[in-house]
Amino acid sequence: MSQETMGAKPHPAKTVLVRRHSAVTRLTHWINVLCLGVLLASGLQIFNAYPRLHWGQYGSDADPAAIEIGARGDQGAPSGFLTVAGASVATTGVLGVSKADGEWTSRAFPSWLTLPSHQDLAMGRRWHLFFAWAFVINGLLYLGYGVASGHLRRDLAPGRRDLAPRHIWREIVDHVRLRFPSGENARSYNTLQKLAYVGVIAGLLPLMALTGLTMSPGVNAAFPVLLDLFGGRQSARTIHFVTASLLVGFVFVHVAMVVLSGPWNNMRSMITGRYAIRQEGPRA
Amino acid sequence: MTRLTRRRFLIGSGLGAGAVALGGCDLLEPNEQTQAVLRSAETLTMKLQRLLQGRGALAREYLEADISPTFRVNGTSAPDSDEYARLLEGKFADWRLRIDGLVERPQAFSLAELKALPARTQITRHDCVEGWSAIGKWTGVPLGALFTAVGIKPSARYVVFHCADELEKTLDGSGRYYESVDLIDAFHPQTILAYAMNGQDLSVGHGAPLRLRVERQLGYKQAKYLMRIEVVDSFASFWGGGGGYWEDRGYEWYAGI
Repeated sequence: MSQETMGAKPHPAKTVLVRRHSAVTRLTHWINVLCLGVLLASGLQIFNAYPRLHWGQYGSDADPAAIEIGARGDQGAPSGFLTVAGASVATTGVLGVSKADGEWTSRAFPSWLTLPSHQDLAMGRRWHLFFAWAFVINGLLYLGYGVASGHLRRDLAPGRRDLAPRHIWREIVDHVRLRFPSGENARSYNTLQKLAYVGVIAGLLPLMALTGLTMSPGVNAAFPVLLDLFGGRQSARTIHFVTASLLVGFVFVHVAMVVLSGPWNNMRSMITGRYAIRQEGPRA
Repeated sequence: MTRLTRRRFLIGSGLGAGAVALGGCDLLEPNEQTQAVLRSAETLTMKLQRLLQGRGALAREYLEADISPTFRVNGTSAPDSDEYARLLEGKFADWRLRIDGLVERPQAFSLAELKALPARTQITRHDCVEGWSAIGKWTGVPLGALFTAVGIKPSARYVVFHCADELEKTLDGSGRYYESVDLIDAFHPQTILAYAMNGQDLSVGHGAPLRLRVERQLGYKQAKYLMRIEVVDSFASFWGGGGGYWEDRGYEWYAGI
């Protein structure tokens, strides 16, 4: 961090705490963290019951799979594999075959990733469908607040200046160099943040809910249009899985960015709402 | 611009790694109360789905071209009781479907009698709770029409389907397959007792001679090898009290999702 040593300055740099996140944003953020965590782990448990993904209205054992996690080989020493669009990689130890209670077991996702850890589809569904409700209610609460308070428009929707290619390129370069905005520039989200958050809030998360609902025969009867929108129940299941994978990717990047751009300050702002910025010069 | 110091990076990485590890850790085995809270979602799901569907909303019906080339046989592939073997041997000529319980005129129907009644044919998707789907063409008698024939008593609330197959060998018989639906699903136009699949008599694998199709719910509700239909006011006294073989093993009674 740079130290101001020019004694001539009338107002030395100082750190001020600004209100960054509203109470609703903070609360719904952490509820969402809990929901997505449980939904992911229980979702992998449900996936394990039939670890093949198809495209179209139907799909089962005899039909070709777009993505498959499985085990093959003799009973004594099976090997795990992941196949995506015909290309297969060996994944023994993690996918297809992994150790559960010290025993080599044929299961798509390993026990340390699933809820419950042992194979139990019924219990996995109970966790998943309860937290799906919590996730949707929490999400609607956030969206309702975001629209009513102007949070979505003011803080998240990228403006014309944000979207200028030169500006975006500059931000990418800065991010790669791990140089993050400071001072007045740190008061608002940068363009890459806005795009990532809007993509998750308006894209991936609603897609998770809608593709999840499309797998429900009861919802299909009420809204058959969902089947047309996603190309069938099996397509919806595949999109559900791929979208979940993208969300996991987002969380990894998100957490890395929190860590790299000042973990304490970021965490404080999402817990107490206060975010520290350094103000420099007379305008402070 | 904020410069990242080595110390901050190390502290931050530790925090991040901790958060990731937390995600992988197993939650405690849920106790009775947690289970009850988790189960509350089922009631909410059923109420909202019923509200959005209305009574009559139909499951999608597909075209002949959409039928699965192979329809997976699931659950029991052939009941292994002597009684079933004898019925199969006689091409189900001696099989009777008994309808009793809270009905005005209990009756037993032969397969020929059922086939002589007005039939409904529908090409629908079968969704297994595990995640796979198969499309097939079903022909059978609407359950509502049979109930109109036998007369339902005012106290009736549920319909219990007793099956010939034992999915789990137990001494007390609790491994016998059974299912139940409420009267809304029982009288739904697509709820049929199917005796034919894809234009042919139901195969043993798919539930010969008669199986239930209740198209707005998951596969385990589609009971095979029907022997008896019992109209009741509560299914709490049957086996585990859950209203079905899989329900007694932790699965939702309302399988609309």
